[in-house]
Amino acid sequence: MKELKILAVVIFFTGIVYWGVEPYAHTQLHPHVAPADFGFEDLEKNTKQGDATRGAEVFMMAGCVGCHSVESQGMPAPMDDATASASFGVVPPDLSSAGYLYDSNYLAAVIKNPTVAMKVEHKFNDMKPHPMTSFYGLGGDIDQEIADMVAYLQSIAPKTMENKEVYVDACLRCHSMKYDGMIMPSDPDALTSYMATLPPDLSMMIRAKGEKYLTTFINNPQKQLEGTSMPRVGLKESTQKQVIEYMESVGDSKKDERERVGLYIIGFFIILSIFAYLWKKQVWREVK
Amino acid sequence: MARIEKANGIVDWLDQRLAVKTLAKVLMTEYWIPKNINFLWAMGVVLTVLFKILVISGIFLLMYYKPDVNYAFDSVNFTIMQEVEYGWLWRHMHGVAASAIFLVIYIHMFTGIYYGSYKRGREMIWISGMMLFGIFSAEAFSGYMLPWGQMSYWAAQVITNLFGGIPIIGDALVVWIRGDFAVADATLTRFFMLHVLLLPLVIMLLIVVHFYSLRIPHVNNEEGEEIDFDIEAEKYKAGNKKESKVIPFWPLFLSKDFLIVSIFMIFFFYLVSFHFSFALDPINFEPANAMKTPAHIYPEWYFLWSYEVLRGFFFDVGSIAAADIGLAAFGFANVIFILLPFLDRSPVVAPASQRKGFFIWFWLLLIDMIVLTVYGKLPPTGANAWVGFFAAVLFISLFIALPFVTKNETKRGA
Repeated sequence: MKELKILAVVIFFTGIVYWGVEPYAHTQLHPHVAPADFGFEDLEKNTKQGDATRGAEVFMMAGCVGCHSVESQGMPAPMDDATASASFGVVPPDLSSAGYLYDSNYLAAVIKNPTVAMKVEHKFNDMKPHPMTSFYGLGGDIDQEIADMVAYLQSIAPKTMENKEVYVDACLRCHSMKYDGMIMPSDPDALTSYMATLPPDLSMMIRAKGEKYLTTFINNPQKQLEGTSMPRVGLKESTQKQVIEYMESVGDSKKDERERVGLYIIGFFIILSIFAYLWKKQVWREVK
Repeated sequence: MARIEKANGIVDWLDQRLAVKTLAKVLMTEYWIPKNINFLWAMGVVLTVLFKILVISGIFLLMYYKPDVNYAFDSVNFTIMQEVEYGWLWRHMHGVAASAIFLVIYIHMFTGIYYGSYKRGREMIWISGMMLFGIFSAEAFSGYMLPWGQMSYWAAQVITNLFGGIPIIGDALVVWIRGDFAVADATLTRFFMLHVLLLPLVIMLLIVVHFYSLRIPHVNNEEGEEIDFDIEAEKYKAGNKKESKVIPFWPLFLSKDFLIVSIFMIFFFYLVSFHFSFALDPINFEPANAMKTPAHIYPEWYFLWSYEVLRGFFFDVGSIAAADIGLAAFGFANVIFILLPFLDRSPVVAPASQRKGFFIWFWLLLIDMIVLTVYGKLPPTGANAWVGFFAAVLFISLFIALPFVTKNETKRGA
């Protein structure tokens, strides 16, 4: 009984220390942020009904393919990676899967005004324009034209994608994934001068930041890290989840094994404790 | 030379040559431990087991680890954590044991303080123990650098920089420790050597000294009772086992320790598999980057109390810079525990509950160190800085006050 009291004292003080240096300290070290907003509520809503067929025409006339490839539709990149890197700082994305990856409202907003949608107005302005120019319309109803283009991108997008494919299309242009053998296509020097810092390799980022942080960060980088060069990319809730799952499969590839083996070892020591208790009781019988 | 006869078995053969029977008696079956002890007396064996885990897991990690700033991070996080079968297990065990061992060291230390197990002949036990604490701290610090993550680098930067505060030789000393003007490859390779060779050797030697130092004054007990071990041992050997106040190390004492270690391992492997972030700080999974200072730099939890003593003095006093006062206080905090047997002026060996002034002193110290630990991690701004300051002042005052608190204590219950 006395031993249990002592144990309670030990656990109590250990618990206070743990609480202080872990959960409590983290609330003090990391600012609390609002949960991820996958509705992109801050952006202007495009309520027009898009038409994919018209969208295809608008897409061609708007000059998108001057920079962007759409490989799935037989539209190759206008320049190779090195030249694109040198021209834009970063290799522009192929748009084959954009309709699958990105929120439709975000897509509409990013076509209309890239810096606002990406939340990089602190970096780009009239003096230093963003490499992706705003779409100023073809003379008709600009919102209708944009809605048509979004409908077109959605119509050509694959219906399902593997987690890794999502990462390749959404993140790899800037972020290598060394541990999965993937190096970004952009030239590191060009990218560094474009972003002011070299975007990190994400191989271990799942262990460094954790799922919770990444969920709010990817959704809106400025919220977690004010002033960061990383743009808001506009992933849907489902595709962002795919990205994080992929990061976990690379950076924490032994998670399942760890949790399974952990239970076996714990089970072993529970059984061992029972035997240890019986043995102790037996040898102590003669002295108590 | 001893007379060697034809042996009647392997044990006898060995006994004639190595005196194994005598050895077993001395170390095991006739090494007498008081019966009146609680589970806190098992912490020494728990520590021994944790140290063994560290050595064994360390050996496995050593097979794949590369002490080079270009390869260290990937050798840990890719090769060991993902490629090598169960490499993650060894690494998690190593990281969690390094943290858990400090928890148990602190429990072990405070047990010693509470029951007065550091005086009246037990001074060398305490002193060798505190030397172990010091070397373990160096071992932990050097090991933390090896994965070459962000906190490895920045903690190394901040801690090695501290030596710059030492008058006259400071700047040269920092360069000497780092092996370079900045924390760099030379720093990593020398801390690697310290971590895997020199410090473990010293630790093993000190553990032997620590164990040996127990033999003459014997293990203390729950009441601080002075036991005549010879008489009690005779009683035990004569068969009056229930009446005797002692038990043999084997199997009696170890059977209890074995139980406690087994239970502790349940908790340990829960931490290893499911709850390890307290020991494997997420920020250290970002590779070291000299161009990118982390938002918050803090040491591992077990250094926080002394780190907070260092940071607590945040304002200049007259012409003395805050950093110098802090450094002096930090130095004080790191050596003062070893002097405990001489600061406690009372000859009484008894649990703190039977020593009025000391009882208050003990709990004040414990609470103060917890406050220091918690505030050591928080940003030192606003009210936090003042809490740190007063807690640091209290810490130092407690040790200055100890001789006065204990001086007048003459008899038990006073």
